[in-house]
Amino acid sequence: MKISRRQMLILLPAAAVAWESVMAGTPEDAPNYKMTDHWWGMLIDISKCIGCGNCVRACQTENDVPDGFFRTWVERYHVSDEDMTEPEVISPDGGKEGFPVAQQDDKKYFFVPKLCNHCADSPCTQVCPVGATFISPDGVVLVDQKYCLGCAYCVQACPYGCRYIHPEKKVADKCTLCKHRLVKGLTTACCEVCPTGARQLADLKDPNDPIHAFLKTHSVQVLKPQMATGAKIFYNDLDGSVR
Amino acid sequence: MSVFKDAGHLFRFAGLFVLAFLVFLVVRHYVVPKSFGQYGHYRGAAIDEIAARPVKFAGHETCETCHSDEADKKKIGKHAHVNCEACHGALAGHVNHMMGTDSQAPTQVADDPSLEKPVLPDTAVLCARCHTASAAKPKGFPQVDPASHYQGTPCNTCHHPHSPGIDAGGAK
Repeated sequence: MKISRRQMLILLPAAAVAWESVMAGTPEDAPNYKMTDHWWGMLIDISKCIGCGNCVRACQTENDVPDGFFRTWVERYHVSDEDMTEPEVISPDGGKEGFPVAQQDDKKYFFVPKLCNHCADSPCTQVCPVGATFISPDGVVLVDQKYCLGCAYCVQACPYGCRYIHPEKKVADKCTLCKHRLVKGLTTACCEVCPTGARQLADLKDPNDPIHAFLKTHSVQVLKPQMATGAKIFYNDLDGSVR
Repeated sequence: MSVFKDAGHLFRFAGLFVLAFLVFLVVRHYVVPKSFGQYGHYRGAAIDEIAARPVKFAGHETCETCHSDEADKKKIGKHAHVNCEACHGALAGHVNHMMGTDSQAPTQVADDPSLEKPVLPDTAVLCARCHTASAAKPKGFPQVDPASHYQGTPCNTCHHPHSPGIDAGGAK
C-alpha cells in the first residue's frame, strides 16, 4: 500500500487523536463520580434511634478517630413535660458502648445522634485564615490537613461542636461524610451499620433520592435553624429541647 | 523635560517597587499550590487526597456478591434491613484478602488468618447491645430483659441471627 504525503498528513494526527481517546477511556483512570452531580446531606430519624452506638464505633474504625474524640456521637435526652429548657443530657464516651438501662419515670427519653451538619453556609469555613477548610462542590465540609495550622478558630466557630484538634496531628479534624466512600458509590460507615435505618445518607441533587418524598411528608427540622448555617443533616421527630 | 529634572529619585523608587512586585509574583508562583483556587479559596487537590483513603467497611452489596445464601435468609426475616457489617464489623480487609485485590492498603493483605475467616461475634454480647430493654428506646422496638429472658444462654441457641423469629427455626 502506498500512502501519499497528503494522506500521511491526515492520518498521523487522526491516529494520535484515536490513541489519546483509547488511553483516556480506561475506567480505572476515569472514575464516574462527578462532584457537581451531588449535594450530600443526611436524614436522622429520632424515632428510630435505639442508642446502640454502632455508628460511633463504625466511624472510629473507618476513620481512625482517636479515643475520646468523636466525629459522630449519640446523646440521650431526659426531658420533663414541665420544663423542656432544662433537659438532662448524657453521652457516656459518645455513646460508643451504648447507654445505661433507663427506668421509666414521669419524664420522656430519646436519643439524638449528632455529627457535622455539612452546612451550606458554614461559620467554620468562613473563619479559617488560610483556606484549609471549605465546602467541596458536592456539599461536604472538609479540612485540608496539610494546610491547616491548628489555630482552632473553626473549632470555636462551629455552633454544633463537631470539630476537634487531632491530638497527634495537631490539626483540625472532623466528619468527612466518608467522602472516600461516597466517591466509590458506598454510603457512609455510620449509615451502613445503623441497624434500624435511623441514619440515611441523602443526595439532595438526585431527584430519585427518597429524601425528597420524606421531606415533603414529614415535619423535619435542622439543629439550631436560627444560626442560618444551611445545615444539611435533617432530623425527623426532633424535640424542641434538643440544643 | 524640566518637569522631570529633579525626579530621578522617584524613578529609582518606582523601579524598586516594580522589582519587589516581580519578586513577589515569582515567590507566589512557587509557594501557592497549583490546585489552589481550582474550586474556591482552598487547595483543590485536598479533595482527592481525602477521597483516596482506603475503605474499611466493604458495604453489604459487596458481602452479598459471595454470601448470597446468607443474604437470601436475611431478606425474609426481621433483620432484613440490618446490614452485614452492623454485626460482623468492618470486613473490607477480608474482601481484599479473598479477592487478592488490595491495591489501596497493601499492608492489610499480609498473612493474617483472621482475614481468611473472620471471627463470629458473641451473640450474648452483640444482641444485647440493641435488644436490652430500656425505657429510653422507642416503644415499638423489640426489647428483652436479659436477666429473665435467657439467663446467659447464647441468643443463637433459639434465634438465628439472620432471621431471628423463633418459628424461623432457631440456630442452624
